[in-house]
Amino acid sequence: MAGARHEGLTRVLPPVWLVYLIGFVPAVAYFTLGIMDRLGADPQNVLERALGLWALRFLVAGLAVTPLRRSFGLNLVRYRRAIGLLAFWYACLHLTVYLVLDQGLDGAAIWADILKRPYITVGMAAFTLLVPLAATSNAFSIRRLGAGWNRLHKLVYPAALLAALHFLMLVKAWPPEPLIYLALVAALLAYRIVEPRLRKPGARGRAAQAR
Amino acid sequence: MLIGRTQDIAPSEITPKQAWLDRRRFLGAAGGLGAGLILGHGAGAAPLSAAPSAFSTDEPKTPKEDVTSYNNFYEFGTGKSDPKANAGALTTSPWSIKVDGLVNKPGEYALEDILKGVSLEERVYRMRCVEGWSMVIPWIGFPLSEIAKRAEPQGSAKYVRFETLVRPAEMSGQRSILPILDWPYVEGLRMDEAMHPLTILATGLYGETLPNQNGAPVRLVVPWKYGFKGIKSIVRISFVEAQPRTSWMISSPREYGFFANVNPAVDHPRWSQKTERRIGEGGIFVKRRETLPFNGYADQVASLYSGMDLKTFF
Ligand code: HEM
Repeated sequence: MAGARHEGLTRVLPPVWLVYLIGFVPAVAYFTLGIMDRLGADPQNVLERALGLWALRFLVAGLAVTPLRRSFGLNLVRYRRAIGLLAFWYACLHLTVYLVLDQGLDGAAIWADILKRPYITVGMAAFTLLVPLAATSNAFSIRRLGAGWNRLHKLVYPAALLAALHFLMLVKAWPPEPLIYLALVAALLAYRIVEPRLRKPGARGRAAQAR
Repeated sequence: MLIGRTQDIAPSEITPKQAWLDRRRFLGAAGGLGAGLILGHGAGAAPLSAAPSAFSTDEPKTPKEDVTSYNNFYEFGTGKSDPKANAGALTTSPWSIKVDGLVNKPGEYALEDILKGVSLEERVYRMRCVEGWSMVIPWIGFPLSEIAKRAEPQGSAKYVRFETLVRPAEMSGQRSILPILDWPYVEGLRMDEAMHPLTILATGLYGETLPNQNGAPVRLVVPWKYGFKGIKSIVRISFVEAQPRTSWMISSPREYGFFANVNPAVDHPRWSQKTERRIGEGGIFVKRRETLPFNGYADQVASLYSGMDLKTFF
């Protein structure tokens, strides 16, 4: 996928496994500090929130790959799968902390939360959309699904939007962080709409192909 | 905030707050010797003695470190650790409370004068935040009814309205370009709630004067209501006829009611109120515990609400 043109640059970029390794550092750090009870007054909530925030950060990073390449000539496409899967795994950890530590696997309470608390409903919707994306993030699925794979993976757009909305919905008043993340996601999605129109007609076909 | 003349305190005894501040700034600017020394700048915590109270719970207290580092005080930022980081900038001495409205003796009451006439008690209370966590805090304070004793509310006064200081120069959250809340922070109580012996104005915790992040120098504590009712750094107490519109009611009327009694049967749209996490208990493996009606103070306060539908008046 990366294309031979960028082979020179590609060689100085770190290998993909390093992205996974670095990507999991926050999770390991938070769980370690959590077990040592070094996460402040409300450690369970700090852990839960940190994992959610990293999931959102990786979603945003994943959405930034295409604009970076098209508008800034920086090709990080080879890391996109790793970034996307990191987002998914952080969302899994986030959900697991919620289910196991926060709710103590109390089925009735969890079900009530999902149905009654809009921010949980929206978070759950975001997570659900990520599942098929993670399940098809492999060479076999890409080959099998063909053009359908591209269409399927557009689900990351609503997923990111819902995730940012989930963040905004769970805060009281108007702190800046969720607004910043929502603005980032909105800008990255708007780019998909605006950028192809700004391109010269000749270039448009190529852009569409490259997604 | 305009400061009026008081009627029962000699004008020489009190100095308008703005004048104090201006003088302090002037001294500072003139390179004078520590203005704080002369004017009693109340930065550090000072020991505070208090008599024990029968209203105290004997549940294990939340560690002081947690009580003073995990705070909601949006005047200093929306993060839980922002108040501790930013509240040091607040000047809490001198401090006075404007008491006005339907009272016989309105006026600007200097906090030290109020404190001369009351006996401080330690009240170890449970504190339940609307966000689903709780603490057990050894407050030091005196019944709010002491203020009424001095101000002599008239029969037409049905509610008490409270205001927090507005001083953007020292309160970083009030400088935010985002509309965090409608300043000043406003809270209110019905008269009978305000006069209830459990309701106190706190000036200290853990045997010392209040740290700024906990609402120095004086704050409200109403243990059977969600924590946001406990308005901090109070500069005005008004006795009024109509139910006050509180900051949180203005911010989100669907989520925050006037009464805000702790009630596991009434869900908040964002947080289930059936259970709570006790801060300082169990680290990341902390187990939720059941939330009690009126935060466990039902025996003392449920009668205030007999005949009221608490789902409507949440
Ligand atoms: C793509 C999926 C998701 C993303 C990206 C995400 C992201 C976030 C973010 C950014 C936060 C706030 C972090 C902060 O305050 O710094 C958060 C908090 C939270 N999320 Fe999620 N989330 C997702 C899915 C879920 C799901 C499926 C659930 C539960 C079913 C959930 C439950 C929560 C809870 C309980 C909190 C903490 C709320 C509080 O402390 O009051 N999230 N999430």
